[in-house]
Parts: sequence; C-alpha cells; structure tokens
Amino acid sequence: MAVIEVRNFKKSFGNKQVHKNVSFQVHPGECLGLIGGSGSGKSVILRSLIGLEKPDSGEVLIFGENIASWNESQLNRVRQKVAYVFQNGALFDSMSVFDNLAYPLREHFTFSETEIKNKVLGILKEFGLSGSEYLLPSELSGGMQKRVGLARAIITQPEVVLFDEPTAGLDPFNTLKIQEVALQLKKKGLTSVFVTHDMPTALAVCDRLCLLVKGEIRTSGVVSQLHQNPDNQLKMFISGEEI
Amino acid sequence: MSTQKEIINLFGGTALIIKKISQELFHPPFPHRLILDQIYFIGVQSLPLVLITATSTGMVMALQFGLGLEKFGGKLYIPKIVSLSIVREMGPVFTCLILAARVGAGIASELGSMTVTQQIDAIRALGSSPIKKIVIPRVLACFIAIPLLVAIANVVGILGGLIVGVQELGLDAHFYLQKVFYTVVLADFFAGICKTPFFALTIALVSSYYGLSVRGGTQGVGEATTKAVVSSSILIVIGDYFLTKFFWIIEKWL
Repeated sequence: MAVIEVRNFKKSFGNKQVHKNVSFQVHPGECLGLIGGSGSGKSVILRSLIGLEKPDSGEVLIFGENIASWNESQLNRVRQKVAYVFQNGALFDSMSVFDNLAYPLREHFTFSETEIKNKVLGILKEFGLSGSEYLLPSELSGGMQKRVGLARAIITQPEVVLFDEPTAGLDPFNTLKIQEVALQLKKKGLTSVFVTHDMPTALAVCDRLCLLVKGEIRTSGVVSQLHQNPDNQLKMFISGEEI
Repeated sequence: MSTQKEIINLFGGTALIIKKISQELFHPPFPHRLILDQIYFIGVQSLPLVLITATSTGMVMALQFGLGLEKFGGKLYIPKIVSLSIVREMGPVFTCLILAARVGAGIASELGSMTVTQQIDAIRALGSSPIKKIVIPRVLACFIAIPLLVAIANVVGILGGLIVGVQELGLDAHFYLQKVFYTVVLADFFAGICKTPFFALTIALVSSYYGLSVRGGTQGVGEATTKAVVSSSILIVIGDYFLTKFFWIIEKWL
C-alpha cells in the first residue's frame, strides 16, 4: 500500500485553476521529488498532504485514509506521523532554539524536562548546531534556521517527512548538510517528498521525480534510470530547457 | 474589497473564531502559562498608559466643568459630575479605546507577522491548534485584564479630578471625596464596568481575526493592524450606546 496517494487533485485560487488533475503515489521508504517551474503549485500539493490546504476536489490518502475533508483535530493525528519542513524554517521567533525543538516534544509526549534536554542537545549536535540552543531564531543564519527547522520536524521521529524547498538560497555547505540528513532519513526507511528547484539535490536524494507542468503531472521517472527514459521532458527540465 | 464585503467578512470571521474558541476552550490542556504571560503583556504593561490617560481625563474634566459651572455658581457639583461621568462612561470607553490601539495593534501585528512567516502554519503542522496556543490566551487575558484596568482607571480619573479641584478650583479635598462617595453608588460602578468585558472581547477577537487573515507580506501586516484598531474602536463606540441602553433598562427594572 502506498504511504501517500493523491488522486485527481484539483485546486483553484480565484479564477485561476492551478491543479487540473494531479495524481501520484509515494511508496514506503521512497523519496519522491516533485519538480516543476515556479508557480506550478508544487508547494500547494505538499501543504495539502498535511491538511494545510484543502483540494477543491480529489483525494489525498495518507496511510490509506482520505484526509481531504478532515477537520483540524482529525488532521492533528496525521500530523504527528507526518513532518513538514518549511522553506524558511518557520521557527517561532519568540522562542529560543531549544524551546523551538522542545515544542513538539512537550506538546505530544510525556517526556521529563531532562529527557527533552537530552533529545534536543543530541539532535543539535547531530546537525552541527551545538552551542546555539539559547539563541533566538533571529540570531541564526538562514542556513542554520533551515537546519533547526528540519531538526524540529524530525525530533519526534515521524514516519514521513515533507520537504518544501529545503535547500533554496543555501550555500554549498548547508545544502550538503541538508542532503546528508535527507539521505540518513532515507536509510532509516522514512518516506519523504521533496519539493525543490535544486536539481543536484533532487538527483542526489530522490528515488523518483515527478514533473508538474500546467497543473498536471506531465511525466515521472526513476532517477537511476533517467538516461533510459524515452520521454525526454524530465531531462529537458533538469538541463534547464523550456518544455 | 468593498466595505460591505469587508464588514461581512469581519463578522463571519469573528464568529468562526468564537466557534473554534468554544470548541477548544474546555478541551485539556488549559494554557495557564500562556494566559499569565498575556495578562502581563496586556494588563501590567498597559498600566502606565492607562494611568496617564485616566489622570489626564479626570483633570481635564474637572477643569472644563469647573470653568463652565463657575459662571453659574455650580462649582460644588464638580465632584458629582466628574465622578459619575468617569465611572459610568468616560473611564470604560476612553480606557478601552486606548487599549484598542495598544493591545489591538499588538495582537494584530503579532499574529499577522506569525501568519506571513508561516509560524501559524508551523503550529498546525506540528499538530497543535493556533486557536488554543495563540488566540485563547489573548482573548482570556483581555477578558480578565481590561476590566481590572478600567476599575483602576476609574479611581485614578477621580483622583485626577481631585487634584484639579483642590489646586485650581479651590475645593476642599475632604468635601470632594465625601461628595464622590455619596454620589457614586455600586449601580453606577457596575453600569460602567459591566460594559468592559464586551469591549475586551471586541478588541481581542477583532484583532485576532485581522491578524490571522493577513495576506501579502509586511504591507498586509500594516493594513491588518490599522484595520484592527479602527474596527475595534468603531465597534466599541457603537456598542457603547447599545450596552448603555441595555444596562439602563436593567437598572430601571431593578
């Protein structure tokens, strides 16, 4: 059974229909890259996988359940298994890095403060952010903010991670760090969806790519077999040619 | 957007927030700590502003009434007029208008900034409710702190009138206070203070609605803040008439 399945997804904003008919599946342990031009609606689809957006019609199945019409309290159950990494980190700016990371642990678990401290300091060390626990998000660089955002998303050990442009605007060092974390998560068997414009990262991390063009999945292909793919639209998009 | 559509959106959006609050307010855990933080921000940090405004209002009223009534030999009525005006009307309305600017702008801009930087989405994505984490603490803090601030403003306003009465108009302090205690009965105090929970809810709910519905980045935050202050001020002034009439009927009935 697919962990994520989107069927006949349609969504309009005002008079503009952004998604005409989008369908795809993500299998257990797979990393799917959702690529496409700016404004093609990749992030909207990603947000709908966690119920932050609702489709006008169609189905969004997570672990076999259609969440498209669920209310917030029903969605909160899914959100404890599916983590979302925001493009800009979306850290709570009134809280320190420590409290940002401790937030989901305090919300959904009954850990003692000592256990929370150990978990937070552990993940900060893993992400190369030791010593930054008492800083405010505004005191961090953009790359550090993204890493903290990623750490906050995975500190609760979710089963699925959704990445929204995780490497956008990052320097090569931070891009590599994010790639390393994504690959580690894949090794652990986590399912993930990557929305990105960063083709080197998509090719390094993703198992399969889906190309979203004009509100539809135009084509998809397994990354390791791209050179054998008869449909060359993916190759054209990756090499920067107009489709 | 047309004004009519904006008014419908405001009332519809506020009603939806009220519905969500009523669904989540009694659902554990209760956000004690967040409410206390907001009471500090809304109540304690607004106190200097409220004290200055109330003192000035009392002083100006005593001076204006003193100058006017002196012509007719009615200077002795100043304590009565000043205390009744402050307790029944000026204290609650003026204080809430000042708080609509300070607190309302604070709530709308904070929530607006959180909306445009996706912090509200992050709360939802982490499986929590922005209504419980952000809106309920602010609404309850306003509901608790604003009536207390108005009660303090009433006392300070009357004392402001006392300063001018004694210093400028030559009234005896003992006479002034005696007249105040003789004139202002509990019904007058309650007629004024009972309006403030409604004003407090207006400020908190309208500002939360505008903060959460921000679109379009920092410019949107600015617009939402302005709309929150203007709308809550207008609703306080209009609501004041109906609440005054309502409590007037109740007073007559009692």
